[in-house]
Amino acid sequence: MPNQSPTHQHTLSSRVFDVLNIAVLLFLALITILPLLYVLAGSFASEAEIASRPFFLWPEKFVTTTYEYIFDSGTFVRALLTTICVTAVGTVVQVLLTFTMAYPLAKRYLPGRTLVLNLVIFTLVFTGGMIPTYLVVRDLGLLDSYWALILPLAINPFYLIIVKSFFQELPQALEEAARIDGCNEMGVFFKIVLPLSKPIIATFSLFYAVGIWNDYMSPLLYIDDSKKWTLQVLVRQLTSPDAQNAMAMLESVFFPTQGLKFAVVVIATLPILFFYPFLQKHFSKGVLLGSVKE
Amino acid sequence: MATDLAPPPVKAATKPGRPRERLTFRTAMLRYRWLYLMLLPGLAYFVVFKYLPMYGVTIAFQDFLPFLGYSGSPWVGFKHFEELFNGPDFGRLMFNTLILALLTAVFVFPAPIIVALMLNELRHSVLKRSIQSLVYIPHFLSWTIVASLTYLLFSVDFGVIATFFHELLGGKKVDYVAQPDWFRPIIVFQLLWKQTGWGTIIYLAALAGVNTDLYEAARMDGAGRFRQFWHITLPAIRPTIVVMAVLTSGHLLDTGFEQIWLMTGALNRSSADVFDTFVYYMGITQGAFSYSTAVGLFKGLVGVLLIFGSNWLAKRLGQRGLF
Repeated sequence: MPNQSPTHQHTLSSRVFDVLNIAVLLFLALITILPLLYVLAGSFASEAEIASRPFFLWPEKFVTTTYEYIFDSGTFVRALLTTICVTAVGTVVQVLLTFTMAYPLAKRYLPGRTLVLNLVIFTLVFTGGMIPTYLVVRDLGLLDSYWALILPLAINPFYLIIVKSFFQELPQALEEAARIDGCNEMGVFFKIVLPLSKPIIATFSLFYAVGIWNDYMSPLLYIDDSKKWTLQVLVRQLTSPDAQNAMAMLESVFFPTQGLKFAVVVIATLPILFFYPFLQKHFSKGVLLGSVKE
Repeated sequence: MATDLAPPPVKAATKPGRPRERLTFRTAMLRYRWLYLMLLPGLAYFVVFKYLPMYGVTIAFQDFLPFLGYSGSPWVGFKHFEELFNGPDFGRLMFNTLILALLTAVFVFPAPIIVALMLNELRHSVLKRSIQSLVYIPHFLSWTIVASLTYLLFSVDFGVIATFFHELLGGKKVDYVAQPDWFRPIIVFQLLWKQTGWGTIIYLAALAGVNTDLYEAARMDGAGRFRQFWHITLPAIRPTIVVMAVLTSGHLLDTGFEQIWLMTGALNRSSADVFDTFVYYMGITQGAFSYSTAVGLFKGLVGVLLIFGSNWLAKRLGQRGLF
């Protein structure tokens, strides 16, 4: 019984197709993963090796000087800590704001609900755009503040609508019971609804966290002070051909070598890959949730 | 205190969503004060960061000067729009934006459909899941990382791609990322690399919903593998393809700002400049707030037309639109 599939005859052409199909898919998987493995290997290789071997997945000689340099250098550690803090605080703010707003919007009997929902949906169609938003952030005095990386993105309207739909599907009986026990709506929300929503909270925390971690546009727009750079800005400054002078000027000690470019890419990627198993599970759920509920 | 908080019976009203009684503003506010309180922070967010900027687009019709403010700056009507349409930039921006949209439609849009169909034919479930896990990864990497990987692989000094072409074609080593001719292929390839795997999810979900009895019946009738694919698999995902096509066409002009910006260098701007990045150059780098807002507004309005157009099309095709 070579093939358990009940749907396929085992003709020659069918087998040839299967082999080709697997070959092409494996090729695609390799193309996906090889650049990442090369960067990982390169981050542990010596300068000479990077210059002499165009592609390798295992360095001839393991060198950790690049990482030692990185973790000794104030710039890197500061950027790493900044990014971690902004991501953590930002995710909490975003999830809290999104979920507290979604809950009343899920109550069909609430007067004014439709108006607010339409206001939200309209922002999916039309926005003020980059410059007017920049001017608002500037007028609020948020330029060069970490809050500029969080607040302008505090609620994603798509996520809000998905969470609202989720709340609408929750069984109302428990909420009713809590109300009869004298809980007000906010008590119901925090004591009953949120504990019931743990999986979806996890999903959207990951959505938001990845969004902030990967965000390059906000720091580009709102952060001038190089001491407040996030990891993504640092990656950009180090690896862009145009921007290297800026980096050299920043720290006179700091001479961007090729190994540094590899290592900083690895450091900015690793947390994402570390969380990847959770991400894959929750994100695919989120994608389908969005497509079904919309 | 708790007595007046009792919400109306949830399912008792004849029509869900509307209570029978009309509440006055005051009683509604009082009865649902906790819900309104919960609504407030989010509403404040939308007013400040979404609707204030919408008001801010009025500076597209002004010669906005920060120290004069929104109300003090002189009104100039459509001056900036005339400047945009008659200026030297418009043709280049429009061409670059449209050609990227076209390339995306032709190469990037079908890729996840093809890969999903290929994965669907893969009966070895462990292998299938492993390949899926690998090709989803790039979706979670930032554009900064993708751009950096590109610069490393294309590096004139040591990059594998530059070396490969050098040995294949001979001659001098070429800095491909700086070439205007190479800008679009690189952008398309990055999009394929980053989004194809992830894009398969929605099609795989549609494919998973196909009733396997159909295949069984087709096989009984003597249908070969290709005919099963043609008559069962493909029709099963056709609605999904239509919906995705409609959604995508609504965002035709939305070239990814981060991606384009990160791949734009001093030398390739002739093919790299699109509306999104041009707004940044003009507004943030040059400080031409009014002109750049006008450019952004033009793009935004075309975007609105496209979204309503594609939504109308979706409904004409018998699909549920976005709204």
